[in-house]
Amino acid sequence: MRTEDKEFSDLVKQKYQHGFVTDIEQELVPPGLDEDVVRLISKKKGEPLFLTNWRLKAYRHWLTMDEPTWAHVKYTPIDYQSISYFAAPKNLDDAPKSLDEVDPALLETYDKLGIPLHERARLAGVAVDAVFDSVSVATTFKEKLGEAGVVFCSFSEAVKTHPELIEKYLGSVVPQRDNFFAALNSAVFSDGSFVYIPKGVRCPMELSTYFRINAANTGQFERTLIIADEGSHVSYLEGCTAPMRDENQLHAAVVELVALEDAEIKYSTVQNWYPGDENGVGGIYNFVTKRGDCRGANSKISWTQVETGSAITWKYPSCILRGENSIGEFYSVALANNYQQADTGTKMVHIGANTRSTIISKGISAGNAENSYRGLVRIMPTAHGARNYTQCDSLLIGDQCGAHTFPAVESRNRNAQIEHEATTSKISDDQLFYCRQRGLSEEDTVNMIVNGFCRDVFKKLPMEFAVEAQALLNVSLEGAVG
Amino acid sequence: MNNTNLLQISDLHVEVEDRIILNGLNLDVAPGELHAIMGPNGSGKSTLAQVLAGRDKFEVTSGSIQFKDSDLLSLEPEERAREGLFLGFQYPVEIPGVNNAYLLKAALNAKRAVNGKQEVDAFEFMKLIKDKMELMQIPTDFLNRSVNEGFSGGEKKRNEILQMLMLEPQLAVLDETDSGLDVDALKVVATGINTLRSPERATILITHYQRLLELVVPDYVHVLYDGQIVKSGNKELAQTLDERGYDWVKIETEKK
Repeated sequence: MRTEDKEFSDLVKQKYQHGFVTDIEQELVPPGLDEDVVRLISKKKGEPLFLTNWRLKAYRHWLTMDEPTWAHVKYTPIDYQSISYFAAPKNLDDAPKSLDEVDPALLETYDKLGIPLHERARLAGVAVDAVFDSVSVATTFKEKLGEAGVVFCSFSEAVKTHPELIEKYLGSVVPQRDNFFAALNSAVFSDGSFVYIPKGVRCPMELSTYFRINAANTGQFERTLIIADEGSHVSYLEGCTAPMRDENQLHAAVVELVALEDAEIKYSTVQNWYPGDENGVGGIYNFVTKRGDCRGANSKISWTQVETGSAITWKYPSCILRGENSIGEFYSVALANNYQQADTGTKMVHIGANTRSTIISKGISAGNAENSYRGLVRIMPTAHGARNYTQCDSLLIGDQCGAHTFPAVESRNRNAQIEHEATTSKISDDQLFYCRQRGLSEEDTVNMIVNGFCRDVFKKLPMEFAVEAQALLNVSLEGAVG
Repeated sequence: MNNTNLLQISDLHVEVEDRIILNGLNLDVAPGELHAIMGPNGSGKSTLAQVLAGRDKFEVTSGSIQFKDSDLLSLEPEERAREGLFLGFQYPVEIPGVNNAYLLKAALNAKRAVNGKQEVDAFEFMKLIKDKMELMQIPTDFLNRSVNEGFSGGEKKRNEILQMLMLEPQLAVLDETDSGLDVDALKVVATGINTLRSPERATILITHYQRLLELVVPDYVHVLYDGQIVKSGNKELAQTLDERGYDWVKIETEKK
């Protein structure tokens, strides 16, 4: 562990010192969506005119679009008029008053994952004014980043402090019209993260949503924008291994990454939203659009994700490889247990010469779950010497689950090199018996085999995250065998 | 009946998919003894090994198995292993992504936990395994390879014996560990088996051939035929079987 990481982890472990009262108005906008609601959201957030108009344009286009049905997932239709679109503060009357009122099963999971006590309340959505003691942490954190010139704040804050960057880059990677959920997000997005790394700066620490004040209240339409200016470098961690509860069933986030010349962005996600119970009741619909634009030569964008949560996952973190010699990477572990449905993968669009991409996808299905890999590798005529390597492995646990792969390759340049490897395997009775004969329990055997299966991806995660991710997989698979 | 027995199999009947495989098998094994079980193909040798280890696709319809102080049939496979029963598999399975060192260390620690011993760390583990790997002529890079993946037949069998040496079972059941080995590999495997022989431990060797029994000398040789032990003797019986085959045993049995 590097020293600065250690300092922060010490800080986070400190006892709560000061009450930290969020100052958000308790005003609720009635459910439903029309232009007035979009204007109201923008007004409440004190946004400049360009952004209000941008939202409206997105809304008008959204009205003309249909919800996509091509994904290999099934769910009852969403009533978009029954959702309240203003990032309302949580209704404190309905929330549990203390950890005593929280589902014991959830607390047990926190225990297994080693989540610190003060964090548990926040994750379980306990209605206290401030359970995240972050004033001191965030101050130290901001000072350090400030010295380096790094901007790391909530999206809403950035709209006020850096409107020129927002205006220049917002929607430049994922346009408002990109897809149904991205258009919806563009119209009504609540909050999210904003990061700007100036020219030539190597961000002095890993940026984690964990450290950002108000990270807990990003709402169901999260919007994140990360810009790495020329020659800069940043590693960003999103999410948390602890299961998060949220009363909003639909989550439609958009993440845009921009890497200019010689810049590098590493984006790691651990997604563990509530998956529903073992009978498939409840759970989050996670419909996310994530895309990175390697805009400059020699730039690099790397996505690493561990997806274990949500009832439905619809997510394809992609790279547009525009700059010459730019590199795109996608490393993914997606686990679906019980009645979860995951349709996830990536797109690599090669535009620049000598662009390279690597895709390593590991899908694990257990219980009655359906897990699909969907990928597109597109080589444009301009992408001379482009190369792609794809490896797509599926692991099945039990005989009620499904694994599917939908890889697409479009090459319009004859000297591109594209390799694709795919395997499907099953934890066999012979493997289970062999390990049990050596003294391992059935559960430990499955965990060991699953972790071995995911190793190539875990290696890409920051160290502490990798350890947590492994524990998370073990917990997520409980009850998958036997 | 002898209550000093390590293993006592009484009137064991086993079926798989409505086929009778073992039909009233009796066998007592005392500490310090090495029993060889021979017999023609399909006589039930491997079934016996699998039933001892707890494979659930075989249904025990009657009979009992006592192992140390326990009713073996009531224990889960992993409990049997931790109690000191080891099965050397005839066809060790490949486990991609899981390295040998990890599996073996986990196995060792699972057993140590039952005996109230502390877990070994990576350093102690390496100390423990080093000599044994030399004995089994296994190169060190092997520890970082996936379990049995891409191993030759001989390597798989030597790996089984290496695991046995590490786990130091009280009862080792070795299912055709000698099949598919060349003369040199056979010697290495024999050395491994002999190394672990002691007054406290016992071994059941299941084999087709007499050649292993020249290197690992058995106290008893049994012939399994039609799901029963039909003839028992000492090492000379193995010699006779090697020379004359099984037909005379079959004829003798059918006369009875």
